[in-house]
Amino acid sequence: MSDTPAIELHDVVKQFGATYAVDHVSLQVGDGEFFSLLGPSGCGKTTTLRMIAGFEYPSHGEVLIHGRAMAATPPHRRPVNTVFQSYALFPHMSVAQNVAFGLQMKGVPKHELGPRVQAALEMVRLDGFDQRRPREMSGGQQQRVALARALVNQPEVLLLDEPLGALDQKLRKEMQFELKRLQHRVGITFIFVTHDQEEALTMSDRIAVMNQGKVLQVGSPTEIYERPTCRFVADFIGETNFIEGQVVAHDGGYATIQSHDGLELRGVTPRPVSVGAHATLSLRPEKARLLTPDQAQSVQETFRLAVKVELVSYIGSDTRITVRLNAQRTLDVWEQNTRSTLDRNAYWQPGEDAVLVCPPENALVLVE
Amino acid sequence: MIQRKPARWLSQALRSYAILVYAFLYLPIVVLVIFSFTRDEFGVRWTGFTLDWYIRLFNNPRLMGAAVNTLIVGVASTLVATLLGTLLALALERYRFRGRGAVDGLLYLPIVMPEIVMAVALLACSALAFDLINALTGHVLRRNLVTVTIGHIAFSISFVTVVVRASLKHFDRRLEEAAADLGANSWQIFWRITFPLILPGVIGGALLAFTLSLDDFIISLFLSGPGTSLLPVEVYNRVRRAITPEINAISTLMLLLSITLVVLSQLAQRRR
Amino acid sequence: MRVIGMIDQIRMRRDRRNLLALLAPGMLWLLAFFALPLVIILLYSILTNGPRGAIVWQPTLENYRTLFTQTIYVNAYLRSIRISLETTLICLLLGYPLALFIVRQPAHWRTLLIFLVLIPFWTNFLVRIYAWQIILANNGLINGGLTALGLTPLALLNTEGATLLGLVYGELPFMVLPLYAALARFDFTQLEAAADLGANRWQAFWRVMVPQTMPGIVAGSVLVFIPTLGQFVVAELLGGAKVDYLGNLIQRLFLRSNPINWPLGSALAVIMMVILLALIFWYFRVTREDER
Ligand SMILES: Nc1ncnc2c1ncn2[C@@H]1O[C@H](COP(=O)(O)OP(=O)(O)O)[C@@H](O)[C@H]1O
Ligand SMILES: [Mg+2]
Repeated sequence: MSDTPAIELHDVVKQFGATYAVDHVSLQVGDGEFFSLLGPSGCGKTTTLRMIAGFEYPSHGEVLIHGRAMAATPPHRRPVNTVFQSYALFPHMSVAQNVAFGLQMKGVPKHELGPRVQAALEMVRLDGFDQRRPREMSGGQQQRVALARALVNQPEVLLLDEPLGALDQKLRKEMQFELKRLQHRVGITFIFVTHDQEEALTMSDRIAVMNQGKVLQVGSPTEIYERPTCRFVADFIGETNFIEGQVVAHDGGYATIQSHDGLELRGVTPRPVSVGAHATLSLRPEKARLLTPDQAQSVQETFRLAVKVELVSYIGSDTRITVRLNAQRTLDVWEQNTRSTLDRNAYWQPGEDAVLVCPPENALVLVE
Repeated sequence: MIQRKPARWLSQALRSYAILVYAFLYLPIVVLVIFSFTRDEFGVRWTGFTLDWYIRLFNNPRLMGAAVNTLIVGVASTLVATLLGTLLALALERYRFRGRGAVDGLLYLPIVMPEIVMAVALLACSALAFDLINALTGHVLRRNLVTVTIGHIAFSISFVTVVVRASLKHFDRRLEEAAADLGANSWQIFWRITFPLILPGVIGGALLAFTLSLDDFIISLFLSGPGTSLLPVEVYNRVRRAITPEINAISTLMLLLSITLVVLSQLAQRRR
Repeated sequence: MRVIGMIDQIRMRRDRRNLLALLAPGMLWLLAFFALPLVIILLYSILTNGPRGAIVWQPTLENYRTLFTQTIYVNAYLRSIRISLETTLICLLLGYPLALFIVRQPAHWRTLLIFLVLIPFWTNFLVRIYAWQIILANNGLINGGLTALGLTPLALLNTEGATLLGLVYGELPFMVLPLYAALARFDFTQLEAAADLGANRWQAFWRVMVPQTMPGIVAGSVLVFIPTLGQFVVAELLGGAKVDYLGNLIQRLFLRSNPINWPLGSALAVIMMVILLALIFWYFRVTREDER
């Protein structure tokens, strides 16, 4: 495989009337990558995918597939295939006919069809289902037919629009695994659309987080989670506490902000900041620790906040604690229950005084 | 839907009532069929079973000729109306364009227009056209099966369009995108995906057009010329004079044909 | 970008060409063989009737004056409108409970029951009306029964009652179908809500169900009223052609009367069209308002 990216979007815009469904998006997706478009519903993921597939044409900018401009290429001549959210299986054809369709359109000789269809169905573990009609199959099976129907054509890029959206939780998990396995096996570039952050984190090599038609950040799952570059990404992926304030000092990748209620807090800066800038400190609840005032004496190199425990929710693996910092502000802290005990005193109780501590490398200072 | 059980007497009453109304709807049909087999020469009393009237029917060249004419008109008008109606349905369901509302209106008018108005309008139009042709070329034209067929097409198009549009409404356009995605061009998409999926609707529309043509009497009466009689007109002319078991027999056959066609058309549309 | 603009234009031009190919044949047919003929009778209605039914190309409003002044015509529409209203009302009264009954059945029964209403709708009208002759005739089924019981036979055929019966019979499906569609959309738990708020059955029916099924009532009424206004077969076969209705007059003026008078017949047809358009207009206003 070459070094040319499988997919490139150059400053792509899609307008529907006055609304910008996709707003100046540029992306590069490498060959063989599992790339996810992640964002809330309505943020333009489907539209982006449809422009790559050729169902929509950009109002501005261009789409390249392996370096070839696609402006004049209709969908049926593009080397990509799509797995639709609704699967869009042809109801009047059997499973085998559905899978053979793309090959027939390419003019693959008749005698090759059978074996290739069989191989594709085996790949998605549906051998023996070839004479069924789509409506006689379960949602999960239909999903796999749709996959086989697309993959059998050996596209350069496979586009998947929320392919697991209609499945129940358990099946979803299974299919996530299955999809990863398939992608590994066929080595095709996958562009995967989802609004489920957990799904994107588990499956992707890289993720583009979108909001309101714009791509806010592109990065690996760890980068996206650990080093979000803006408030929206930090908020959308996982949970976090925000404390707003102004940058008062910065040095070597760290910055200190002063919050509106007078706290001085330090954290990592994923993007350069300047003194006086408006900034938000993001503190993930699992990255802070809650200590008794005694324990807190011995902790160094961290910021510490005196708080009062307000709400304790035991959820099995974790205990989620809401603490009150002052009249205006509460923060969330999650403690993993690493010790198995029924002793009430091992858990925080509402009303207890505590100290919230967090080393600066676990907090982030974000500027817009 | 959670259904409240209405009071028992009310639902009983409603049920008995419904049975009566259905009896009212089917009584004449049943009577007609029964009295096509009676020996009674006035066709209104049961005096024993016979198939004589049917045999006589098939030996009546005038009636048979009219039946053949009716079939010719039916087939021809069905073919044309189905083609034009399907194209219109595609245009209306697939495109937004200026004047779409007007096209819609023009399509619905033939359905609600009293047939007699359409019939006299077509009669006047054909007379004017024939006079014009006569004045320009000297040919003398007469109303014949062609004029009737043209009229039948004019009202059948709308019905075909309605039925085909209904099947297009249920149509998931993503299937066409999926086909394009798999490499089909627009021609292949139409013939391999769209057409097979709307075919039940098209067949349903065609069968309705055929039924309408076979059943039509008013336009046939006004537009058929001398010597090109159609079956319903023939029946009308006889019925106005007297009841005969022969008419009972031919009516029974016509009913049977219509019912068969309607059932077929329903089955075609249901098979989605 | 220039390239994109160009491609868009090509795409749009191809779309327009496809649309035209789909639209043109059917539209031309309807314009030539439906709209144009209507325009022609509009034209005929203001021309003069010549000797032996010839058309004299002399504009006149005489036809309309005749239709609005001569009693035989005025009586004919009044009679037509009256019998059409009667038919509509009876169909509504017969059809509403039937539609209600069908809607309240389990789904698979519903389809069958509505289909049974649909069948007569598509079978030959003429033949079905003729069948009533067998039942109503002087020596027919009913009178045969009465005689057998030793009662005096009744004159049933060739009466206005028979005409009304035939019309109701012929048009009932047109009423039931839209009513059924409207009732199928009605949420019957609303009746419970009404009862909960203290309405009795009758109040719940009038104040909750009827207003919400009004579009169906109006659609059914229009669909029954319009064809009834133009009928002439029923009046002939069951009413014995004793009195004139609009449809019979038009038919006579075009085909039978001696001499034929097309301009006058055209004027009658035009009046019928105007009534029809007014009703359709009213229908759209009522249903539009209902949507709001
Ligand atoms: N064909 C269309 N016409 C008008 N607006 C559209 C069309 N398709 C999408 N949009 C709008 O564009 C925005 C992005 O839509 P979409 O790409 O479907 O979002 P997502 O897939 O992320 O949920 C939405 O606001 C949507 O309403
Ligand atoms: Mg989407």
